[in-house]
Order: sequence, then C-alpha cells, then structure tokens
Amino acid sequence: MKTRFLIAALALLAGIPALTIGVTSGVVAADKPVVMADATGTVGGIKVPSTNHPITTDVPAEATHREITDDQKRVRNYADQPPLIPHAIRDYQIDLNINKCLTCHDRRNTAGSQAPMLSVTHFQDRDGQTLGTVAARRYFCTQCHVPQTDAQPIVPNSFQDFDSVLGHAQGGQK
Amino acid sequence: MTIRSALLGLWRLFARPSVHFSLGFLTLGGFIAGVVFWGGFNTALEATNKEAFCISCHEMRDNPYEELKQTIHFTNRSGVRASCPDCHVPHQWTDKIARKMQASKEVWGKIFGTIDTREKFLDKRRELAEHEWARLKSNNSLECRNCHSADSMDITKQNPRAAKMHETYLFTGQNTCIDCHKGIAHHLPDMQGIEPGWSMKTSQK
Repeated sequence: MKTRFLIAALALLAGIPALTIGVTSGVVAADKPVVMADATGTVGGIKVPSTNHPITTDVPAEATHREITDDQKRVRNYADQPPLIPHAIRDYQIDLNINKCLTCHDRRNTAGSQAPMLSVTHFQDRDGQTLGTVAARRYFCTQCHVPQTDAQPIVPNSFQDFDSVLGHAQGGQK
Repeated sequence: MTIRSALLGLWRLFARPSVHFSLGFLTLGGFIAGVVFWGGFNTALEATNKEAFCISCHEMRDNPYEELKQTIHFTNRSGVRASCPDCHVPHQWTDKIARKMQASKEVWGKIFGTIDTREKFLDKRRELAEHEWARLKSNNSLECRNCHSADSMDITKQNPRAAKMHETYLFTGQNTCIDCHKGIAHHLPDMQGIEPGWSMKTSQK
C-alpha cells in the first residue's frame, strides 16, 4: 500500500510542470489567437514548427534495410553480449512444436550442421540447475539474439568497449 | 440368373448393328462426343487444380493458405510465387491422375468434417504433414525440383553455409530437398522424434 501512495505522489509531482505549461499556453493562445498559424518560435515553452507539421504531413517511409547474411561472426562489444545472428532467419519457427534454431545449434545436431553449439549457460534453469538440454527460459532465441541490417544508427553512439576505455586497443578491433 | 440375363441382353443390344443411324453419324457423333467428354474432363480436372479451388474450402483457406502467405514462396523480391498445386500435385498427367484419385479421400474428409475446426486441424497436422513428407521423399522432391534444379544451382551465389550443406548432402544424392527443408511453406507440427536432414541419425540410415 505504501509504495502505491508513493508512486501516486511521484506521478502527481511529475505532472505539475505539464499542467502549468498547459495553463500558460492556453493563456497565450487566448491573447494571440493567430499565434499557431505563423509562429516559428515557441508556444508556451514548446517548440512548434510553423508549416508542414509532422502530424499532418505524410512522411514517406524509409526504405527497409538489407539483412546482413554473410555468415561472418561479429566481434562482441562486451563479454556478455549475446552473439549476433549472421544469417537470414526468415520464417524460422520457434514455438511449442519446434525450435528451428536448435535444429542446427543444438548439441546433437552440430556435427551435421557445423553450426556453433549454444553455450552451456543456456542449459541452466533459474535455480542454477544444469539440465541436459536447453532450459525453458532460454528457449526463445530471438529474445536476445538478433540479425543485423545495414541501417545506420539514427542516433550517434559513442560506445567504447572495455579495451578502448583502458587505453590498450589491441584487445578489440576498435 | 436375372442379373446374368440382363447383362446378356445389354451385350446383345451393344453387339447388334445399328438400324436407324448411319455409320457416318455414329463415327462422327462418337468423335465429337469424345472430344466434348475429354475436353470437359480435363477442364474439370484443371479447375480442381487451381489455388482458388483449394481455398474455396475454409479448412485450406484459414490454415495452410494463411501460413503460406507469410513465406518466401508467396511473397518475395522477384514476385514469382508457388500456388498450392505447384507443390502438392504432380505435373505429369498420369501422376496427376493418381494423386487426384488419392485426393478423393480429402472429399470424404470434407464431407465428414475431419479438420473442420482449427483444433481438429492442429491435432491432425502431424499426420497430414507426414503424408506430404513421405510423398516428396519417395518421388525425390519432384515438386521442389520442378522449379529448383540442382544443376542450375549456382552455389557461389549462396551463403557459404548453404553452399556447404548442398555440396555435402544434395549433390551427393545423400538427401533430397524435403529431408532438410521441412516447414518452408507451412508451420510445422510437433516435431518430436523427427531429426533434421543434416543430423547424423538421418544421414547414416
């Protein structure tokens, strides 16, 4: 109960600035009713583009990007990073009936497929018990492992891996 | 006795020369009737060999066809697509007739509602899938090879992974398409006990 009240109080606090902005902008709009039509600056502290408002304009969708399916392993940015999937996984079925990924990456099938076996950490259930095969909580591969496309990041990323931070970059590729 | 005499009477009628009709009428009429019958038969056969016919039943429309629509055999960059009979009915005439005769069981299933609900379909899916796997296995994946020819396969254009698998299993004749490519056009049933084509158990045989 206590936490509920706390959350409610926090929500109220967070809402106060929005409420005040709403009130002030309402006042501004009442004073100058044409303000929305030609303003390029701010309305009540919120920046509004003057023309071609994004909501009212149809913006063409960006082209979809190509999947990277070259079968090349990518360097991991940190030791715990789930390895990326370097091949197409279209229509791969992962459900109660079958896990398509495991038909190659399961221990029993790696000799025929020459695929890397999923690591033994996947055999541990939530109690730390190591099972004979993949644990239920690790069954849905694409929760962690994903294929990549050639899309460029929308937001620039200044991530540096461990070795770069320590200043001896020989360890990683960067 | 009565059946025998009736048959005998029929035979006498059949063997007796025509009294009223000329030879020309009978031969030409027989020929035209034959053309009409044969044309009609083939037209009807072709009509049942169309996707529109398959998905005129809700069993096929709501289950396998819905699943097909997601896959690369329905939608892809070049717009070539496979329809139901491309994979499920042989293209050769005699094989086609044989398959069509088998398919009369499916009419029975339709009448008695063998898979008329989603649940019934899912329960029966393993059995139905096994029939198709067995058929494609025994005809060396003929319906796959109607479009995908191993001779025309340029493995330098394939991913190294796929190229290696095809070199190891397909070109050696060790496996056929369906051994590895199960569930490419429809969802798979419970695959308990079914090893993939590249597993050691399947390969050794």
